[in-house]
Parts: sequence; C-alpha cells; structure tokens
Amino acid sequence: MKAFAALYRDLDASTSSLAKQAALQRYLRAAPPQDAAWAVYFLAGGKPRQLVPVKLLRLLAQEAAGLPEWLFEESYQAVGDLAETIALLLPPPGEAHDLGLARWVQDHLLPLRGAPADALPERLRTQWRRLAPDERLVYFKLITGAFRVGVSKLQVTQALAAVGGVDAKRVAQRLMGYTHLGARPDAAAYAALVAPEAAQERAAQTSGQPYPFFLAHPFNVDIAQFDALLGPTAGWLVEWKWDGIRAQLVKRAGQVWLWSRGEELVTERFPELAAMGEALPDDSVLDGEIVVWRDGTVQPFAELQRRIGRKTLGPKLLRELPVVLLAYDLIEHAGRDLRALPQDQRRARLDALLREVNHPLLVPSPVIGGDGWADLARLRESARERGVEGMMLKRRDARYGVGRTKDVGVWWKWKIDPLSVDAVLVYAQRGHGRRASLYSDYTFAVWNGLPGDAERQLVPFAKAYSGLTDAEMARVDAVIRRTTVESFGPVRSVKPTLVFELGFEGIARSTRHKSGIAVRFPRMLRWREDKPVEEADTLQTLEALLPP
Amino acid sequence: MASPDLPGPGAGDLVVARSEGLYCPPGDFYIDPWKPVERAVITHGHSDHARRGHAHYLAHTDSAGVLRARLGADITLQTLAYGDTIEHHGVRLSLHPAGHVLGSAQVRLQHAGRVWVASGDYKTEPDGTCAPFEPVPCDTFITESTFGLPIYRWPTQPQLFAEIDAWWRRNAEEGRASVLFCYAFGKAQRILHGVDASIGPIVAHGAVLPLNAVYRAAGVALPPTLRVTDPGVDAALLKRALVLAPPSAQGTPWLRRFGPYADAFASGWMQLRGTRRRRGVDRGFVMSDHADWPGLQQAIAATGASRVFVTHGSVAVMVRWLRERGLQAQGFATEYGDEDEPAATAQGEGAAA
Repeated sequence: MKAFAALYRDLDASTSSLAKQAALQRYLRAAPPQDAAWAVYFLAGGKPRQLVPVKLLRLLAQEAAGLPEWLFEESYQAVGDLAETIALLLPPPGEAHDLGLARWVQDHLLPLRGAPADALPERLRTQWRRLAPDERLVYFKLITGAFRVGVSKLQVTQALAAVGGVDAKRVAQRLMGYTHLGARPDAAAYAALVAPEAAQERAAQTSGQPYPFFLAHPFNVDIAQFDALLGPTAGWLVEWKWDGIRAQLVKRAGQVWLWSRGEELVTERFPELAAMGEALPDDSVLDGEIVVWRDGTVQPFAELQRRIGRKTLGPKLLRELPVVLLAYDLIEHAGRDLRALPQDQRRARLDALLREVNHPLLVPSPVIGGDGWADLARLRESARERGVEGMMLKRRDARYGVGRTKDVGVWWKWKIDPLSVDAVLVYAQRGHGRRASLYSDYTFAVWNGLPGDAERQLVPFAKAYSGLTDAEMARVDAVIRRTTVESFGPVRSVKPTLVFELGFEGIARSTRHKSGIAVRFPRMLRWREDKPVEEADTLQTLEALLPP
Repeated sequence: MASPDLPGPGAGDLVVARSEGLYCPPGDFYIDPWKPVERAVITHGHSDHARRGHAHYLAHTDSAGVLRARLGADITLQTLAYGDTIEHHGVRLSLHPAGHVLGSAQVRLQHAGRVWVASGDYKTEPDGTCAPFEPVPCDTFITESTFGLPIYRWPTQPQLFAEIDAWWRRNAEEGRASVLFCYAFGKAQRILHGVDASIGPIVAHGAVLPLNAVYRAAGVALPPTLRVTDPGVDAALLKRALVLAPPSAQGTPWLRRFGPYADAFASGWMQLRGTRRRRGVDRGFVMSDHADWPGLQQAIAATGASRVFVTHGSVAVMVRWLRERGLQAQGFATEYGDEDEPAATAQGEGAAA
C-alpha cells in the first residue's frame, strides 16, 4: 500500500508523460506480482462495485474530525475532492502496518461491500487508523471509486509492454476484460500480462491487431484558393466529417475486435457492432466512425457520450441509443493489406463488400458529389443541420498512411466555423481537480430584450468551463470574488461585468432550459474585455441561429 | 473589566475598520493601513501590511531594516522592542512576538481598562528565525484567518525539512539542480535555516540576498549562499545545488542556466492537490508563515478574549465557527492580501523584494 501510495503521489505530482511512464515502470518492476496485478487494475480504470455508501463515509469522517456538517461541506468545497477532503480532515494515524496493496484490497476493502451495516463504522475506523495520510488519500479514492490520476489506459499498456518486453498492442489485447466489474486479478493474471509472446498468440489467425490509424489534417483556407491548392474536385473523394468515435473493426478467425483511435479496445462497449462483425468475412479490417443512428440520421455526439460513460450497458440503453459503424475505408480484405492501394480503389472494394454483407448496422459513409469547390462549399453550409462537423477531402490516389503523415497521400478535414454569441457571466462555481478552489465553471446569459428596453433581463442559457488560459482564469477568478452578490453553497452569483464570446457547435429549442434554447459544446472563444455588458447579445440573436 | 458584557459594535471600540485601514479612535493612529495616514503602526514588513506614504511609522526594532529597504531610508520610523510600552493619547501600546517573520509583532492596546490585541499575521510553531509567537491575554482579539479551514494542518518543522532534504539529496545524486520557489522575505530564510547545508551548495536569487543580510544582522544563523555570478559557480556545481528563487522567477530566462532542473514551491496552499498542480511544479512543500487551523484555534483560545474580529482569509467560516463556540465574533473588511495567495491576485513578495 505504501509503494502504491508513493506511485500515486509521483503520478499525481507530475505533468510530464515521460516522468509518469518512468514512475509506472519503476513501480511495476519493484512490486510483488499480486500487488502489481491490482495496481494495473485500478490504473487501467477498473472499479469494484461501490464498497461503502458515500453518505456514510462522509458522516463518519465528519464525526471523526469533530466538525459540524457545514464546516465539512466548506472544506469539501475548498478541496474539490471528497477522498482528499476526508484524508486531510481525519486525526493522525494511531497505528502502523506493512501490508501490500493486494492484502488491503482483498482482505480489507472488498469485504466492506455487504458487511453488516452496524459493523461498518467500526471496521472503517479501524482501517483508516492504520494508514498514513498519503495512503489514506489512495484508500478513500479506491473506496469512493474516484481513482483517477491522469494516467491513460494506453500509458499503462505501454508501461506493461516495456516491463515485459512485449508489443504494446499485444498487451492491449491481453488487457481486454482485465478490468471488468468483479474481476479479482492475482499474481498469475499479472504474469500473463507481461509474459513473452507465445507462438500461437503471434499467429495471424488469432491476432486482433489493428493498423495504425491514418489521420487527417485541418484545412482552413479561403474557398477562392481551393482550385489553386487542391486542383479540380474530380481528384478528390469528398465525404461528411462525422462527429463520432473513429474505429477499426477487425475480423479474424471468427473473432471480432473493435479498436478506437488511441488503440484502445472498445469491443465490449458496442456489443451490437461486435455481433455485426460476425457477418463479415474473416481477415477483414474496416475503418469508420461509430455514431448513434436513428431513422437513417446521425445523432449528436452527446448521445454517444451517454453510452461511453456507462459501466454496464443494459438492454434499455442499447435500445434507446442504437449505434452503427459508418464505414469509409477497407484496409484489409481476404487477408491482404490494402493500404498501398489508392483511395478510390479501396473505396470501391469497400462498397462491394458492404453490398455483399448487407447488414443494417454497417452503413457506407456516403460520397458527396459536387460541381466544383464553390458548389461543395454551399453544400457544406448544411453541415450543421445534418449533424456533421464539415467535410473530409481525401485524395483519390492517396494510400492509407500511418498517423499524421502526408507522404503517401493526404486527408483534409474541412470543418465549419463554430456558432458564437457574446454572453454575460452570471454565475460561477469552483472547479475540481487542478482547478479546485478556483472559480472556473461559469453560467452565461443573454438579454431577453433589445438595448434600450428598460425591463430586459439576463437569461441564463449555457454553462462553459473551457477556453481560457490559466492566467485569464486567475484574473476572472479575482473579478468573481470581488463582484460576488450572493453565495449558494459552491455557486456564486456575480454582478454582471464580464462578457465572453461563447462558441458552440449546435443549437436547438429546449423545454428544459429557461431560455428555451440549448447549445452543444459551448466553450469560451475569447474574453471580450472591450465589450460593455449592455452590448452583449440577446435571445433574439440566439433564436436567429436556430435551424429552420 | 470596564467594558460591559455586550458592547455594541463601534461604540467605545479600541479598533474600528475605516476605509484607510484599522483605526484606533482614542489613540488616533492606524494599524497596517492601506491608504496614506498620519500615524501607522506596522505589524511586519510584508508589502500588504507595510505600505508607502505614511507620515510616521512605528514598528518592531527588527523590522527597521526591511522597512527602510522597501519604503525608503528616509521614512520617519520609531521602533520598539517586544514588551516595551509607549503611551499615545492615553492609549498604552506594546508589541509582542507574532512568529510570522523577522520583526513581526502583535499590537497590544490598553485604554480605559480595556485590552485589545491586533495579531497582524502570525504562526504558532517556532521556526528558529524569529521570536516565537506569544499569546497575549486580552478582551478583544483581532485575528487573521488566512488558513481558516480544518483542512489546513501543517507538518512539523522536522517532517517538513526531512522532505525538503530528501528531495534535494535525490536531485543532487541524480545530477539535477533543485529550484525551490519561495517568498524572498521569511520563507527563504526559514528554508536556509532549516535545510541540511551539507547536502550541497546553496544558490540564492538576487531578490533573496538583501533579506538574508537583514536576518544575519539580527543574529539569525544562516548557511552561506552563492550568487550565480560568483566565481566557481559552474554547471557542475549547479547540478548539486539548492536554488532559492522568488515565485516571480518561475518561467523566466534566469532559470535556463540550471539546465534540466527539478522545481518545487513552498507554501501553505501546497496542502491541496488542486493548487499544487495549478502551480505547475514537480513538488509542493507545505510550508507557511501563517497559523494552520489548530494553530488559529489555540491562539484565539489562549488570549482568553470573549470578542474576536477576523480580518482576512476564511472570514465567514471562522466567524461562524467562533460564534458556535460562544464567542462574540465578527469580520473586519481589510485589504490585506496574502503573500501565498493562490488565485494570482496578489503579486506578493516576489515582486516587492
């Protein structure tokens, strides 16, 4: 537990991914395998079922610290993290221990779940009395299920690969299912993660390896320059730019793997796509985008997010949020690597394969025709109504490259500009994590009447917390503290003095918002220090942006 | 005790809040005023307490050096030793150790049978670089509350220095300079006084040097420090060095000479992961010149005061907490910042020193 707490501190303290990688490897090399097994489980995102009701934990901690509820709450608001708050408030430890992570998890933490309610308080107190302050932080993070330390599953995968001397993609496959709910990883499970590659594991038939993703580059030039820079449209394959999850579907030896960009296996998150993959012939690899799809149209990314966020996918959720794979490339077919073929030949083979398979969850991403760039630009203006981010321009002779290369062909992403209005900051709330105790989460309003209307008021319509630099945020924080009108728990209402240009990707009517308007992905584009509050935009401006 | 049990606020108070600062009506002087006044009693030399432009200054003897260096050699300054008393318009005034920085003082005021104490900023744990805090019995205590939340509990001095030493030692072994950002007045000298100087050479930023001289002149033992421009200070030496620099040096070209260095920040705010990460340094050492939550409670209780004014920091929290404990507590609006202020509102000592 001490070594794991020290690892947590090292990972938490550093912003450098190199330093994090070094700390991970150092820990894995030194830790007993049974402890490393659990460390990997937690670092890779594994969470046991809730061990103790959070309410009880708060109550016991407050009691042990001898504080009234309001002061515990004030402390929590200042810290911004429950586990950390409790670790800071408890009286110093009275005993010591030298148990490893595995012993703590198996003998102490996991048995808390389902322990008789009347025995729980004393058990918890006995446990935390033995733990040093930095161990307590980790202990409470494990109990509250909020164990996040700025390490991605990919980084853990890379560390395991380095320690075991195994290919990282191989480790990623071995990690499949490692963190499932109810998993009890032991020394043998850890050993299997870092073991040398066995011959049959390496054999192509059983391999679910994806190809490195070919990535697009932004294209933000004036339409007048298109002909000069790109030549005629005939040389390009034009598609919509989907707002979903980029993925490769791999089918080999009767098995299906779904990989997201970043080479994370997401097969288990999309069981219906895994089932669809069964219909594909063996030794095929498709590239495309996972989107929520209803009545033949793509749904907002927010819908997809609702699925990604879930630990368990019940039948209700699968029914409400149906997904498809919008396929746009075929990179392996009949066991042959097609990446060296030109774009339009790959596309032709893809279309033939999709016709042959004919599965409702495997949809070809349509190719857009247009008479010249100006025509395409006009069509692109409908992107927002279609729920897409713009267009993709792929050279017809482009090979499928590796990452962001341009040497064998190029893919451009031609995105539409975000919508924007000038809005007034009316409420502020303290952030979490790195921004704890800083007022970093804001609610924005627009006027419900035109300038000169003495009765008009500010109507809140969006929340945003990104887009400012640290320095700007510190200045905004200072203004908020100075102009606070009222505090309601963690939220402050402020005298309207701050105007921001707020950007968003989409806008729709909403009955759930007081303003009658909901915007998608709002973020601060810039702080309009030059603009007086009276000149901020109005509800009428927002309504004019609504799709017909 | 001459004062009634529940005196109404304002009437007959020895200290009231005015727009210029905390004011003593019978004595006609201010304590740490933030606007220019005729007579100012200065609790200590940090820039939010000791400001320019007053006609007369009164401060502790050990503050004289810092005040003259910062406010001008020509200020009209009267000094007092701890415990000495002077009388002004019938108000008996004396200064008592606050344990915050060299020369820091609590101001005791006695008039018509009442005793008030204004704490300025204070720290209850002795650190060896200034006279330790002494509780002064009074009817009314004016306290700071910079770290007025129970999440703030400081490690002991030995724990703190064991951590700093271990960090420096490991960096030195791995051939990396250890850049420790700390405020030039107070923190830097505490670090110098407390670290194990046998680990390696110590380099001080130019902003720290004049304050080291002031401390040494007051008889505080500090290990020798080098300047980056001193002869013999080369790349090999810097790899083993502890470098003390004000926070304003963070991100400046001055640091380039140290090559790939490890950096850390010493402040009470480093207690929280959020502020630590926002600082963007490798390590945060929890080191403050202010009392932690238990320190504030002990200090307030030790005065025996039944009435408490809370000046800066977590004012609302402290007032509510004290009221629930049966004390008559209220807030005083002041313009004191905090040299540790996390929200980047106060430029603080780095710029002033």
